[in-house]
Amino acid sequence: MLSYILRRVAIAIPTLLLLTIISFLLMHAAPGGPFTSERALPPAVLANIEAKYGLNNPIYVQIINYIGGIITDFDFGPSFKYKDRSVNDIIANGFPVTLTYGFLSFAVAVLVGGALGIAAALKQNSWLDYFAVGVSIGAQVLPNFVMAPILVLVFTLWLGWLPGGGWNDGQWNHLILPVIALSTSYMASIARLTRSSMLEVLHTNFIRTAMAKGLPYRVIIFKHALKPALLPVMSYLGPAFVSMITGSVIIDMYFSTGGIGQFYVNSALNRDYAVMMGITILIGGLTILFNLIVDILYAWVDPKIRY
Amino acid sequence: MMVDVQKMEQFAENLAAQEEVQGRSLFADARRRFFKNKAAVVSLIVLCCVFAFSMFGHMIAVWPNDEMDWGILGQIAELGAPSIENGHYFGVDELGRDLFARVVQGTQISLMVGIVGALIAVIVGTLYGAIAGYTGGKVDNVMMRIVDILQSIPYMFVLILLLVVFGRSIFMLFVGIGLISWLDMSRIARGQTLTLKNKEFVEAAMATGVKPLTIILRHIVPNLLGVVVVYSTLLVPQMILTESFISFLGLGVQEPNTSWGALIAEGAGTMQYGTLWQLAFPMFFFIISLFSFFFIGDGLRDALDPKDQ
Repeated sequence: MLSYILRRVAIAIPTLLLLTIISFLLMHAAPGGPFTSERALPPAVLANIEAKYGLNNPIYVQIINYIGGIITDFDFGPSFKYKDRSVNDIIANGFPVTLTYGFLSFAVAVLVGGALGIAAALKQNSWLDYFAVGVSIGAQVLPNFVMAPILVLVFTLWLGWLPGGGWNDGQWNHLILPVIALSTSYMASIARLTRSSMLEVLHTNFIRTAMAKGLPYRVIIFKHALKPALLPVMSYLGPAFVSMITGSVIIDMYFSTGGIGQFYVNSALNRDYAVMMGITILIGGLTILFNLIVDILYAWVDPKIRY
Repeated sequence: MMVDVQKMEQFAENLAAQEEVQGRSLFADARRRFFKNKAAVVSLIVLCCVFAFSMFGHMIAVWPNDEMDWGILGQIAELGAPSIENGHYFGVDELGRDLFARVVQGTQISLMVGIVGALIAVIVGTLYGAIAGYTGGKVDNVMMRIVDILQSIPYMFVLILLLVVFGRSIFMLFVGIGLISWLDMSRIARGQTLTLKNKEFVEAAMATGVKPLTIILRHIVPNLLGVVVVYSTLLVPQMILTESFISFLGLGVQEPNTSWGALIAEGAGTMQYGTLWQLAFPMFFFIISLFSFFFIGDGLRDALDPKDQ
């Protein structure tokens, strides 16, 4: 087990390094530097400023310094566009917002999707089953950028029940629409996955044995069927997390929550490479960490896995 | 197992009459199964209509896609609604441009991105997977680790970074989407290659001294086609989703070009003024096309994979 964890960590670190280097090189390849402005500075002044920020060093030294700064001080450097803000400030402002509704959406997707899938499998071919299957097919073509306008149209413009944007320190009514918009398609995928794997498990021999020896239905489901049925769902959590974090960019933009995605898109439109790079690396790190946790959990839960 | 007595008798009669039973090829079998699947057939028809719309729509359109209707501009909520009389079948967008022509153009670009993205994935992914699987050993290990690493990167962020650094153009979009789309395909191709590798016909080719690359191209890749076709019909909607995602944020296709994602974003931005048609038409085409691709993919998988029958 320990060697498996070590091996997974050993893959995770080069991944993160690669991501950092790719984004750094991309940023470096971009035309213009942070001090390029309409009023050209005298070359000597420019050289002095670049020397102060270490921009005259060879590129590998710059990369090492940048990575060193992140590791030792969690410092992603200054923003190129906002004079008074560093990338750290932007992350500190936006990240809690994204994390709040992101976590809620993830919980909703897993709990509601899982429950719906299990219920549909237990009552196969009932109206509940048809409902679950219908929802999961429909939600396949309703990604968050289609869900968000539809939700705002219905609940804000027509019914006037919920605010169509803003954050207001995470008040509950500002949370509902973003959470629904972000979680729907993942909820549907999880429901579909849970349903099919639960059905598969219910037809195995050991469940038939459990039924035959007269165990209570509740015990069969919760003690014997649930764990193997949830294994394929667990391996979906990693990819779901990645695309949910990606989807939060849409949510942040559309609902103006002030989350990290809004800064990301604005910095993309303003060519603020430092902010883009900082956010990319942060999210890459989170993703890799999450995948690592899921893999380790998976190996721990599933006795069949080789490591 | 129940035996259908009548059927058996009939078979016996046929045998007695020395009637020849017509053989069915694998492909004919698959086609029969596919056309039995109603959802897939309806989807195929719908998709053909969407394709025809994107190809020939501009011939029906009264207005070009880049011309503003000055008579309507400024009163779009009142006068811009869809109507047959003034030639704006789908209404106009917020700048007074004909939405019908814009949707035709957006459909063209979205479908093109989807198909080109899937094509890159098919070519690169299949070759990569087949080479990794066929070579095996250390090479396979390293090649698949690279895929693992690339897959755990949140590619959307890298893609946006790429688009910002190298300029937002359709070409960059293709490059960016092509860079990530082949990863899943390579895994699938590798898995299939591993089982094909030990088949007799491959062994025979090896024994007669055919070069490895020729074996891969001549004997392995053609046998992967079934899986590849099924998977690429599911890949097209994924590519369309990726492109629409980026265009929705305003980072993808740039004016005067447009795509479903960009049109949906425009419609979503103006819906509070009551110009709902600007959201409804692009969204309608987006949703029915994705639905069709998914159902066709499902139908093809059921048809080509006789395991479940």
